[in-house]
Amino acid sequence: MSYVFQWGSVWPEFDKLLLGTWLTLRLSAMAMVLGLAVGVLGALGKASASRWVRALVHGYVEAVRNTPFLVQLLLIYLGLPSLGLRLTPDQAALLAMVVNLGAYATEIVRAGIEAVPHGQIEAGRALGLKPRHISRFVVLVPALRTVFPALGSQFILVMLASSVVSVISAEELTAVADTIIARNFRSFEFYFIVTGIYLALSLAFQAVFDAIDRFLFRRWSAHT
Amino acid sequence: MIREFSFSEVVFLVEAVRWTVLLAALAFVGGSIVGLVFAVLRVSKARLPRAAAIVYIKVFQGTPLLMQLYLVYFGANLLGLQADAWLAAALGLTFYTSAFLAEIWRGCIEAIPRGQWDGARAMALGPLLQLRFVILPQALRIAIPPTVGFMVQVLKGTSLASIIGFTELTRAAQMVNNATFRPFIVYGLVAALYFMLCWPLSAYSRRLERQLDRVRLTPAKLAAQ
Repeated sequence: MSYVFQWGSVWPEFDKLLLGTWLTLRLSAMAMVLGLAVGVLGALGKASASRWVRALVHGYVEAVRNTPFLVQLLLIYLGLPSLGLRLTPDQAALLAMVVNLGAYATEIVRAGIEAVPHGQIEAGRALGLKPRHISRFVVLVPALRTVFPALGSQFILVMLASSVVSVISAEELTAVADTIIARNFRSFEFYFIVTGIYLALSLAFQAVFDAIDRFLFRRWSAHT
Repeated sequence: MIREFSFSEVVFLVEAVRWTVLLAALAFVGGSIVGLVFAVLRVSKARLPRAAAIVYIKVFQGTPLLMQLYLVYFGANLLGLQADAWLAAALGLTFYTSAFLAEIWRGCIEAIPRGQWDGARAMALGPLLQLRFVILPQALRIAIPPTVGFMVQVLKGTSLASIIGFTELTRAAQMVNNATFRPFIVYGLVAALYFMLCWPLSAYSRRLERQLDRVRLTPAKLAAQ
């Protein structure tokens, strides 16, 4: 083996890697919030009385879940301009992540809504709650609590998938590493460190989600 | 010079599907073998093998597939092997697949009621024989739907091999797009091709799950017994 590792080359760039970590965190957090919003809307759409709305949401979910994220990203970034919608790499990356997460979140939230016992809704009605209060406090909030662990896992998968947006040079951790490597050619060293950072991020997110589950929702997580 | 997007481009893309399927098949076979080993280690009573399996699964589930492919690709180079996109893609996807399958199968093994192990021990079978003849055949039944479902993730994961230069469907799309510059048509068609590969598997997995539901054998229900 003739290769000489140069781990020392990592330290001068550490501030850049930290910045990249922050960018990944910010991008993922925005995608999580917006993706969850899309998921809630999608799940409500799946419970809609209109057959057309249900079919539309179903088509969206199936299309996203059965195609690769990379292709979705390239379709949005390269394909949408020909329809007149030109996005910066950062906007395209966020949109692709939201579209992707939204589909998975739709299915997860829908499962939570279906798990709400019908008796609860009848009880809400018997208490004289307005329909919109029932759908909010009796159905949606308990449903989100039920599926929170599954949502957390999906959030982490989206955070990890965000490394793919480096192919359109959106600003995040992998793209930062790519830029450094293009200058000093220490590919293995930098990708190794960056992989470690992603691992730390996913463990940290898992810890935060477990804590939310435990203290906010007062329930011991099923995660081991 | 910009070429027209014509029938020959469509044929080129459709033909590239075979490399996607072949890569996914390699990753799935390799990932099944390695994954089974780690699933068994993960349910082992000995602490060290169990801890090793937990670390393996956590590391590969907690890092991006793209980073795994990069590390295998550049790592092979360091070991003096010719940096080969085929090798790196197949090996990287095998690691990734094995970690997820190990975790899925662990759940299925643990869903088998304790009494089955006790019963097998009462038949004077050793631990590995208990697993082989009593636990795994039952776990296999409940493992099939999630395993088929995960094959969809493997198929989609192969698209990342395009980034390290492996010519499969997504890389073929980039080549066609560079020549014709019709991104919406090219990537739309490629998305449709992926959909045609993945959707039948998704639908099949869901159907199997419903069938299992009917006979009340899902892991959750078994665990509750």
